[in-house]
Amino acid sequence: MNVQFRERAETASSTEARAQVKTAIADCDIHPARATATELHPFLASRWHKHLETYGKHPYQGMMEGPPYPKAQPNASRRDAYPPEGGPQGSSLSFMQKQHLDPNNVVLGVLNPLATGQGIRNHDLAAAICSAINDWQIDKWTSKDSRLKGSIVVANEDGPTAAAEIRKRAGDKNFVQVLLLSRTVEPLGQRRYWPIYEAAEEAGLPVGVHAFGFGGNPITASGWPSFYIEEMVGHSQCQQAVLSSLVLEGVFERYSRLKMIMIEAGFGWAPSLAWRLDKNWKRLRSEVPHVTRLPSETIREHIWWTTQPMEDPERRDHLFDVIDWVGWDKLLFATDYPHWDFDEPSRVLPPGVGDANREAFYLGNAKTLYGLA
Amino acid sequence: MTRHVVATVNELPPGTRKFLTIDDRPIAVFNVNGEYFGLLNRCPHQGAALCEGPLIGLAQSSDPGEIEYTRLGEIIRCPWHGWEFDIRTGQSYCDPKRFRTRAYAVNVEPGTAVVKGPYVAETLKVSVESDYVVVDL
Repeated sequence: MNVQFRERAETASSTEARAQVKTAIADCDIHPARATATELHPFLASRWHKHLETYGKHPYQGMMEGPPYPKAQPNASRRDAYPPEGGPQGSSLSFMQKQHLDPNNVVLGVLNPLATGQGIRNHDLAAAICSAINDWQIDKWTSKDSRLKGSIVVANEDGPTAAAEIRKRAGDKNFVQVLLLSRTVEPLGQRRYWPIYEAAEEAGLPVGVHAFGFGGNPITASGWPSFYIEEMVGHSQCQQAVLSSLVLEGVFERYSRLKMIMIEAGFGWAPSLAWRLDKNWKRLRSEVPHVTRLPSETIREHIWWTTQPMEDPERRDHLFDVIDWVGWDKLLFATDYPHWDFDEPSRVLPPGVGDANREAFYLGNAKTLYGLA
Repeated sequence: MTRHVVATVNELPPGTRKFLTIDDRPIAVFNVNGEYFGLLNRCPHQGAALCEGPLIGLAQSSDPGEIEYTRLGEIIRCPWHGWEFDIRTGQSYCDPKRFRTRAYAVNVEPGTAVVKGPYVAETLKVSVESDYVVVDL
């Protein structure tokens, strides 16, 4: 790779960030990584060290390692985000502080670990790795920088075990949400996942669903596509299936205090999906009598959305129209650091947004939702 | 315009690049197969350090299955979002919005299967004088 690295202090982006972003922001999608393959070992029973060495992981997607699609950049990350001390992007707290948290004035950063035990077929191993990741988030990140908050990751295909992990962490201020991935074995509204929602509601924690995952299903409903760009675009299609399932299975009727966050899958599609759900619900209501409200009402009450990758229509009034539907109080600013499709905070919102909405978008909504206001 | 000596020729062999700051402006100079190029190290899209990206070629296709890969090492790809810029002109390729509105131009321009994007990275004049690489800024 013909890339040379320098001190970030000299670079255009970090200098600019300091100059332009005056206000404090929340970043509701930061991806922490492990510097080495054995970094989790202190949090895993030695039985699992041996198991991983001998058998490896076995995710539902069928491949031994890596994501369902190859990525456009190494580790799907910015090429300027390798820590100077080595290791993959996102694996160094000091470099994350220097490159992102400090210059962009991030006062609340939500960690969303993606490479966890989620999607591993051996449910005991899945649970052990998820629990280890939760300990690791405290040890390496949240206890070292109070701006950072963790996500409780769970072995989501095993509902009762996942719920036990949530109950174990309930009340721990290192964590602000439960994290699921969108690509699961079955659509996330189905009953096998209900223990997760029950435990999260009980703990007063929102449940985030991040695009991506290891569930073994193709990203599209019509089979495996040819290109990475189809996966990138497909995240929003997948998330629509997730949201339809959550609404139509009656998850929000059953868990009426549950709040959920759609992470990194866009929000521009929300109105049209809701219109279609509403129209069909009026005609087919008797099929799903457990759904007692208009789907659009449920979505607007229970769903929050992270912003990255920001919707980018040609006409800004189209963006504002969509946000009016979704609600300025439901958007959570996110950068996706250190991933390659990072949104630079100062370049995301077009001109024409009033101060109150701007503040809510960048920070206020996140503090309220996560109980940090 | 001031002339700045930025390196000796020996310090910048083919395939290398050098980063420096002149008058508070971050720049990079490149030696691509013996030719020298200079760019402002700031992506016009979202402000990333553009010149930290890899130098790649230009992939063009006149038809699905027909791929032409030319100008190896002359296209710089931004380390963040992958925007591609011509190191000679700073011109960006390719903006999908314009692809729609300007498809007509593509059809009438022989040999050009990519569309110019909306961004132009700032290029700098680089020359060699008495074994020194010199930038005009």
